[in-house]
Amino acid sequence: MTRLAYGDAIREGFEYAMRRDPKCFAIGQGLWSPWYVGNSMKDLDKKFGKERVIDTPVSELATTGAAVGAALNGYHPIVVHPRMDFMILAADQIVNQAAKWRHMLGGRVSPTVTIRGIVNRGGEQGAQHSQALHSWYAHVPGLRVLMPATAADARDMLIAAAQSPDPVMYIDDRWCYDLAEEVAPAADVDIRSIKPVIRREGSDLTIAAASYSVALSLAAAELLEKDGVACEVIDVRALNPFDPALIRESVERTGRFLAVDGGWSTCGFAAELVASVAEGVSPAKLKGAPARITLPDAPAPTSAPLEKAYYPTAELIAERVRQMGR
Amino acid sequence: MQFEDKLGYLADPRQLTEALDLKNASTDALVAFYRDMVLIRRTEETIAELYTAKETKTPVHLGIGQEAVAVGVSAHLNSGDRVYSGHRGHSHYLALHAPLTAILAEVMGRATGASRGMGGSMHLFAPESGFHGSVPIVGATIPIAVGAGLACKMDGKGQVAVCYFGDGACEEGVLHESLNFARVMDLPVLFVCENNLYSSHLDIHLRQPSNSVARFAEAHRIESRVIDGNDVVAVSEAAADLIEGARNGGGPGFVEAVTFRWLGHVGPNADIDVGVRRSPEELKQWKERDPVRRLTDALKEARGVDQSRFAEIDAEIETEIADALEAARGSDFPAGNVLIDYVYAGGRS
Repeated sequence: MTRLAYGDAIREGFEYAMRRDPKCFAIGQGLWSPWYVGNSMKDLDKKFGKERVIDTPVSELATTGAAVGAALNGYHPIVVHPRMDFMILAADQIVNQAAKWRHMLGGRVSPTVTIRGIVNRGGEQGAQHSQALHSWYAHVPGLRVLMPATAADARDMLIAAAQSPDPVMYIDDRWCYDLAEEVAPAADVDIRSIKPVIRREGSDLTIAAASYSVALSLAAAELLEKDGVACEVIDVRALNPFDPALIRESVERTGRFLAVDGGWSTCGFAAELVASVAEGVSPAKLKGAPARITLPDAPAPTSAPLEKAYYPTAELIAERVRQMGR
Repeated sequence: MQFEDKLGYLADPRQLTEALDLKNASTDALVAFYRDMVLIRRTEETIAELYTAKETKTPVHLGIGQEAVAVGVSAHLNSGDRVYSGHRGHSHYLALHAPLTAILAEVMGRATGASRGMGGSMHLFAPESGFHGSVPIVGATIPIAVGAGLACKMDGKGQVAVCYFGDGACEEGVLHESLNFARVMDLPVLFVCENNLYSSHLDIHLRQPSNSVARFAEAHRIESRVIDGNDVVAVSEAAADLIEGARNGGGPGFVEAVTFRWLGHVGPNADIDVGVRRSPEELKQWKERDPVRRLTDALKEARGVDQSRFAEIDAEIETEIADALEAARGSDFPAGNVLIDYVYAGGRS
């Protein structure tokens, strides 16, 4: 076991995947200037060479399309989008192409591409440098959408994505990069084994979240423990295909449910979480209405006080749980 | 807008109606071109009939009149090369001698189709023949072909990727991103624009300041050839040069093949009431530049090929299509489970 932080763990995921598979390569903007992506790709170009760690022109769409094309021809590229906001320019290749080719061409081909979208927000960066658009991609059949919340998952989910027979949207969050934990040595990972897990057990209320929202929810659970409230925190991990079984089982025990998500409310992933409980848990077992905490339905602001009000906090989650009763 | 008629006689249907100049092409190769072109035309006419007879409803974008482009390019492709196309892709598929039954079955939504009945006319797939996929999102396969070119370069076996698209796709930003990307990385990609002077409904005069799209290749420092796309010999020569260059590490090439579609953007009708210029008169003039007739005339005049040889080939093709159609009609529709099972590898999980 070694201690590893989330950002370093992503780099270790790249190293493992690329050493294991000569057909795996990384491509995207800023890969030769790793300040673009924190420490998560530092020196990979020196280790693997500029033919396997490719820095590109300012062309999100063509770059993503080229990765899809290489994937359709036997390679396992990982496309890096240093900010999800800019990845929208590549939406055709992600939604119309990568997600569709297997089904549309009769199951005989698959774009084995990993699309890494980074959530990079805060710091007064504003509306177009802050977005978390995972809910969009979780809506699309054919894509697998993973969001690691821990250092071990940051590494292992990237390995799983690189080894996946399906296209994968891997979304990491810069706010998680310093989260550290003891991790086992890297190994191959079957993407189908990535399902929701319980990060903290509790009997009074179930919180489900992904990525940085898991850290927030765990911090809220700490606060609530002092009040004598025992929260169960579930890390969703795989948003698409989404398996609600563990969340339903948990809510059947606790009777209360709160979804916490770093995206917007309307048609966001928190709505899917709430729906999965509404559809799958008997009303007789619910002690109160399921609830959700999300961003306000507004673009991210730049002004510091507005930004402070914009993002959910552990205190906000704890307060909502207190309101939900016990 | 000041419009530049850069194509001149190439876009003037009153020109280039005579028999082709066969140059030093072999008679056998030219007769094979004839066969491929007639097979494409007759197959598309058959698809038009299926549509009219309501045996299929899937949108069919027919390229009758444009057969010489795919045939001239495919003559220089080997197994291992990777071809991508758009919505008007039947000719690109057939010119690679991809299975005839499979394209007809696909258009009719059958499980024996090229895409197992999941794609229809706009999503064809026959990798065994070099046809790696077509999609109707305009320009979408252009960067995918660039990625295939990247794979070819990484494989290091001298293979190339080819992408067919139309003049409309040149108005999509992705073409420009892709040309730049392919040039900067020196990828073995042949970009083939079938410039038929119309998007779905608008004349190029209303969409671009010039009627020649090769200017985009020049802007990205990619070698290009602007040719009569209804001259299979000219297409073949241009493709030979640029493909050889790409195989030998010279990077991408761009062919602008000027042509005209005899039918409308989609479906079996002529659509002479769309656009500002497309009129019965214009269509009649373009039919005089028929790529098949011009090759036939030349083979008769310059090489003494007898009419009976053409008749023999035509008859073979009729039998081939009739057999394929019967096989396609006799095949099953996809089983219900594939609706979900094809979403992810190994089924949904």
